[in-house]
Amino acid sequence: MSEDDSGDGGWFAGIAPNETDVGATTIQEGSATTPQQWPQRAIEKGFVNNEDEYYEQLREATLTAARQAVEQREQADDQQLIHSIRALDDCQRLANELTERVAEWAGSRDADAEVGIAYIRELAEREPTEPVEERIIALANRIVDLDEEVQALRTLVEHSAQSIAPNLTALAGAELTARLIAQAGGLEKLAKLPAGTVQVLGAEDALFAHLRGGASSPKHGVIYTHEYVRGTNPEHRGSAARALAGKLTIAARIDHYSGEYRPELESELEKRMERIRARDNA
Amino acid sequence: MSLPDGVQWREIDGEEGLVTRGEPVYGEATDGEWRRWDRSRSKLAVLLGRDIETGLAADSTVLYLGAASGTTVSHVADVAGPTYAVEFAPRPMRDLVGVAEDRENLFPLLKDARAPETYAHVVEPVDLIVQDVAIREQGKVALANKQFLRDGGRLVVSIKARSEDVTRDPEAVFEEVLETLESGYEVLETESLDPFHDDHLGVVARKKSD
Repeated sequence: MSEDDSGDGGWFAGIAPNETDVGATTIQEGSATTPQQWPQRAIEKGFVNNEDEYYEQLREATLTAARQAVEQREQADDQQLIHSIRALDDCQRLANELTERVAEWAGSRDADAEVGIAYIRELAEREPTEPVEERIIALANRIVDLDEEVQALRTLVEHSAQSIAPNLTALAGAELTARLIAQAGGLEKLAKLPAGTVQVLGAEDALFAHLRGGASSPKHGVIYTHEYVRGTNPEHRGSAARALAGKLTIAARIDHYSGEYRPELESELEKRMERIRARDNA
Repeated sequence: MSLPDGVQWREIDGEEGLVTRGEPVYGEATDGEWRRWDRSRSKLAVLLGRDIETGLAADSTVLYLGAASGTTVSHVADVAGPTYAVEFAPRPMRDLVGVAEDRENLFPLLKDARAPETYAHVVEPVDLIVQDVAIREQGKVALANKQFLRDGGRLVVSIKARSEDVTRDPEAVFEEVLETLESGYEVLETESLDPFHDDHLGVVARKKSD
């Protein structure tokens, strides 16, 4: 075993025959400093009985590895989704900041001014009569443009989240799906995270404050925005967040490794949530 | 010199060409189980067609660097034994996987030929390395992969002048790459691949023992 752990074992070190998926992973991710007579080594180690069997195993594993690696490299779409959700957040933040600024400025001159996109839209329609008003209305127009961009980005995020991660999107909605993928750094990375990490993604500050000591452990990160967490009585929110994170993790793995839509995940989560919320009445 | 077992001259549709036996791959002409090894699409076929001893033989173990969509490596696998096909780009690899699915002895690897440690745990020592990588520092790639060759094993490289430096004179580029090669290999033959492949030099070399 020590020989295999040195990093100079073959791709088959430590795996059983016909574990094609495991073999594919070691082929794609493993390494060795020098080539060896791998077919003979595989026979000596009892991985296979003869050369023909070895090449058969090798063929299955390399084909699987190549297919998976190609898919993975071509599926860089998740990186595009990450850019989209970040751009959406930036546009939204800028629109909010400008809305407050414009409402404050307009409020110094117009008693009916209020913070909100409806007022901003109305303001943008007005004809300026003097230079200060001209600037306020120009800013209002910028906000309307930003708001339209937010809507366009949201549509894009919805479409791409749906095609990249159908199961996650079904459970979490497109925006939260995109945020989770962005926090993890990609769908594959998200699929490889334990549920406990998914539960607190986006709450890293709170998590490290807890680990340093003193602070309590965070119950949820970005998944807080999910109705199942936010809409649950605070007493049971930790349980709700844990249950949701568990299902989201499974969904991310199915999305990454199979891509097939499994509607049953949704109803399973729904039942689990009903039980958690029923504790209130117990 | 004679052709390796499994490679022949044969006339198909009135045109004489090299052929191997295997599943068709790229729309090449066929005659029964024989399929044409198109010299305008394969640098190795040009060398074989000119009776140059490449070291390709029936049942030899081969490492092919820069397999692309599998045009040439499919013929190599028709003739040779275990054939390891390294290709770095995902898109051609998808075609290569299709080629490998039709062959028992062709193993596709989505790897970078500049990083041999990433496939040394898969590839066994081989009798022949065929290198056709369209990247810079083709000489260095050949040296880095020398460890895969058995003693006396051969390297067939097609050096693409334009991959090294499009602005320089191809002859100067060839000379420089050959000089790099000679630190690890004994160069046996060099052959211009014109008119089939412009600005390419075919090189057959033998591994110097360490």
